[in-house]
Amino acid sequence: MTQLPAKTEKKLGLVIDLDTCVGCHACVTACKGWNTANYGAPLSDQDAYGADPSGTFLNRVHSYEVQPEAAPAQIINFPRSCLHCEDAPCVTVCPTGASYKRSEDGIVLVNEDACIGCGLCAWACPYGARELDQAAGVMKKCTLCVDRIYNDNLPEEDREPACVRTCPTNARHFGDLGDPDSAVSKLVKERGGFDLMPELGTRPVNKYLPPRPKDKPAEVSVLAPLLDIETKGFAGWLDRLLEKL
Amino acid sequence: MHPAPSVIIFTVLSGLGFGLLFFLCAGVVRPFGLDAFLVWGFAYALAIIGLAASTFHLGQPMRAWRAFTQWRTSWLSREAWASVASLLMSAPLALAAIFGGALPVFFEMVAAAMCLLTIFATSMIYTQIAAVPRWNFWTTPALFIVFALTGGAILSGLTFLSLILCGTLAAVLWVSFKLGDGRFAARGATMGSATGLGGLGAVRQFAPAHTGSNYLLREMIHVVGRKHSQRLRVLSILCAAVLPALVFLVLPLGIGAIAIALCLHVIGAFAARWLFFAEAEHVVGLYYGQR
Repeated sequence: MTQLPAKTEKKLGLVIDLDTCVGCHACVTACKGWNTANYGAPLSDQDAYGADPSGTFLNRVHSYEVQPEAAPAQIINFPRSCLHCEDAPCVTVCPTGASYKRSEDGIVLVNEDACIGCGLCAWACPYGARELDQAAGVMKKCTLCVDRIYNDNLPEEDREPACVRTCPTNARHFGDLGDPDSAVSKLVKERGGFDLMPELGTRPVNKYLPPRPKDKPAEVSVLAPLLDIETKGFAGWLDRLLEKL
Repeated sequence: MHPAPSVIIFTVLSGLGFGLLFFLCAGVVRPFGLDAFLVWGFAYALAIIGLAASTFHLGQPMRAWRAFTQWRTSWLSREAWASVASLLMSAPLALAAIFGGALPVFFEMVAAAMCLLTIFATSMIYTQIAAVPRWNFWTTPALFIVFALTGGAILSGLTFLSLILCGTLAAVLWVSFKLGDGRFAARGATMGSATGLGGLGAVRQFAPAHTGSNYLLREMIHVVGRKHSQRLRVLSILCAAVLPALVFLVLPLGIGAIAIALCLHVIGAFAARWLFFAEAEHVVGLYYGQR
């Protein structure tokens, strides 16, 4: 059903640390790899080696520049994927019931056998988390690696989303954001985790951690190059000599 | 948003078809015999061609029947039900008009209301999308309903009603353009709120997430062709509303006047609907530094 559950037992999601993300795109590649080789229609590419390549990805890493008023500019790498919203607009618009939010853990999934590929859920998502696969004609989105996190055939350390498992800087964290005592909930509280576009009223489960403030360079007068600096010693002698020539 | 031909044809033709069916069901015009066959047939053809065109937008058209299952939450599903209900309820009225006979006025009114409800449900598919602020506004249902009624009145050859509705349509179009321009800003979403970094300082895109295109850029971040939008706005108001009204004022009412007015109205309707999609900006564009 495309009715949202009134309450989910868990709120599984990601916490993404914008302070430590180095923008290496390893999570993008790991996601594409796992979700192409495993559950559901593979994430296809079109014209992959041609002049106009494009393809389906469930995770993309943007880079932004932030210019604070009184501090140097910062580059911030910004991974973007499904936020598994509590009021997910992509779920309620679905005409077939293919798009649903699980009551047990809050993961938003697509039943690909029931999806008609109308694209309305992708329109409804403010975050661009859904992409219609051009080969399969069905909607693809982050599954929070539902086929990894509960998979008893995998070693325990691999039972987390592929993007989290692969991140070389530990910028991605996975856990239950509905449990106030979980490691991810504590992290969000400590670091002041925030929602993306809260004004759209989607109540995202995933949280982002802000970049920590950077050191400021030593205070130097902006007029420094124009100051008349008196030279002493050998340099002073040379200075006077050269001026006389 | 990408102005896909399938959705433009769908909304324009099915709107026109259900608009005509509304006047026929309500008994505002009552053709008989062969006339009834042609007029009701034309209304059915418009509605059905429009609905068929909508399936060309689907990735898996063979599963389209599944769209009937989620009427409790989905406006697309409600639209599917309402359109089928309208076509089924209109059928006995059409047969009665062609072969003679009458049905209770109550039934006529319910069938007419169902046609209006179908147009409203179509408009709500777009109106419900909060991520497209220009659509997420009362002007969208107003525009769809007034368009359908105006087209229906022109096709029915109702001179006085056509004049009133053409005037209303011109006003609603103008208001939707003017108020629509401020909707994105009113929603309050910025690159700062989309990334959550706005509190730190001014945010701008440093490097895009990918250098090739993707589904999001093609479908939601369609900026091509907006440069003619001002001219198209004038053209759509002129063709959809002003010129058909002039035709009805100047020419004597007949099949010729109706045909000319209809052609002009449909050209205006296609221009307006193209703008409806092409000018609609999705908030996901903020992540790409584009709207």
